[in-house]
Amino acid sequence: MAFKPLSRDEIARRAGRDIPDGAYVNLGIGLPTLAANYVPAGREVIYHSENGILGMGPSPNAGEEDLDVINAGKQPVTLLPGASIFHHTDAFAMIRGGHIGLALLGGMQVSAGGDLANWSTGDEKFPPAVGGAMDLAAGAASVWVLMDHTTREGEPKILDSCTFPLTAAGIVDRIYTNLAVIDVADDGLIVREMVQGLEFDELQRRTGARLRLANDWRAIEV
Amino acid sequence: MLDKRVSSLSAAVAGIRDGSVVLIGGFGASGIPVELIDALIDGGARELTVVTNNAGAGHTDIAKLLASGHVRKIVCSFPRSAGSVVFEELYGAGKLELELVPQGTLSERMRAAGAGIGGFFTRTAAGTKLAEGKETRVIDGHEYVFEKPLKGDVALIKAETADRWGNLTFRMAARNFAPTMAMAADLTLVQARKIVDLGDISPEQVMTPGIFVDRVVEVQNPIHAGQKS
Repeated sequence: MAFKPLSRDEIARRAGRDIPDGAYVNLGIGLPTLAANYVPAGREVIYHSENGILGMGPSPNAGEEDLDVINAGKQPVTLLPGASIFHHTDAFAMIRGGHIGLALLGGMQVSAGGDLANWSTGDEKFPPAVGGAMDLAAGAASVWVLMDHTTREGEPKILDSCTFPLTAAGIVDRIYTNLAVIDVADDGLIVREMVQGLEFDELQRRTGARLRLANDWRAIEV
Repeated sequence: MLDKRVSSLSAAVAGIRDGSVVLIGGFGASGIPVELIDALIDGGARELTVVTNNAGAGHTDIAKLLASGHVRKIVCSFPRSAGSVVFEELYGAGKLELELVPQGTLSERMRAAGAGIGGFFTRTAAGTKLAEGKETRVIDGHEYVFEKPLKGDVALIKAETADRWGNLTFRMAARNFAPTMAMAADLTLVQARKIVDLGDISPEQVMTPGIFVDRVVEVQNPIHAGQKS
């Protein structure tokens, strides 16, 4: 049976639906940031930006940008009523002290044990840059990774162990890919959802670590 | 009388020696003390170590400082970003040393220096390449990495308002690294959009107490980094 991988927006939509009401959340640059667009109406989520903002709102209207109100990706944002601004060390105490309940991060590779590689391919041609990736991965109470299931070349990104330099070890709780929703449990990877029409064996073939299918697995709805 | 005001940018940066460690506030373009950086370049101190989150964009402010040839080493968390051409060229040519530090560790190392703490253990970077060669310790079942304080000889800070005692407020998220850097340097130099009378900043609203500040200079219409003047 044919299946259709999720688009980037659909991955964000699927993950956004799971962000709980009242959570303090940090969204990584790129795909994770899109998830904010898909949090169900009626939930109040407090977004944190590591440069020193709690209570970020959506992008401003054209012409209403404030160059000193930006997110971690240096894009202009807005402040919701109730927002607060603080200095960098406090912003990172929120992360490193486990006060941020949930971080949604992009990923290059995730291991079966929950290791995350998302800051470097190890290619020394490029100067390295890490930003707050290691702080978020190690510090947030919960880490969800949003990424494609395989590389453009079809290589699995979920592996027994990461081949790229690690961002942090043993910290990923859940993976949202364009093919599946997978929990990283103490005893391995558990597939909770798969895209409509995808056979488990096919998903396993595209994965570099052993998967188990949850008894109550479902087709992903987006 | 305690008066930290100076009348010019050149007076603000006077006495910065070759080989100094210079902490420069700002995240992206927000909070970059453009005029103080220009004055530092004009002052001519060489062999500097610059500590700042990003390695500049385009050819102004931090990028201009790097291009001046006065910087030997940069300590930062995210040097590679849109427009970081000057950094990439110097780094690629082996003309600039880079110490890459996770962002929260960078900030906390400076806070430690400012607070008289001789280092700390953090979970950030445990088990990664950035912990190689560093002391580690298992605390309550988790691996932690030992990080040393990072002290500046000088800090360059952009503030919104200042008074003659050096009390500061900052505009929006331009605050970012400034309060931490102010406490972490021996000589903290501040450019403020407005210098006000003592008492005009409500004590409850002071964001950086003046004890952490050494000199303030008024720059009424500061250039926002990356924007045309």
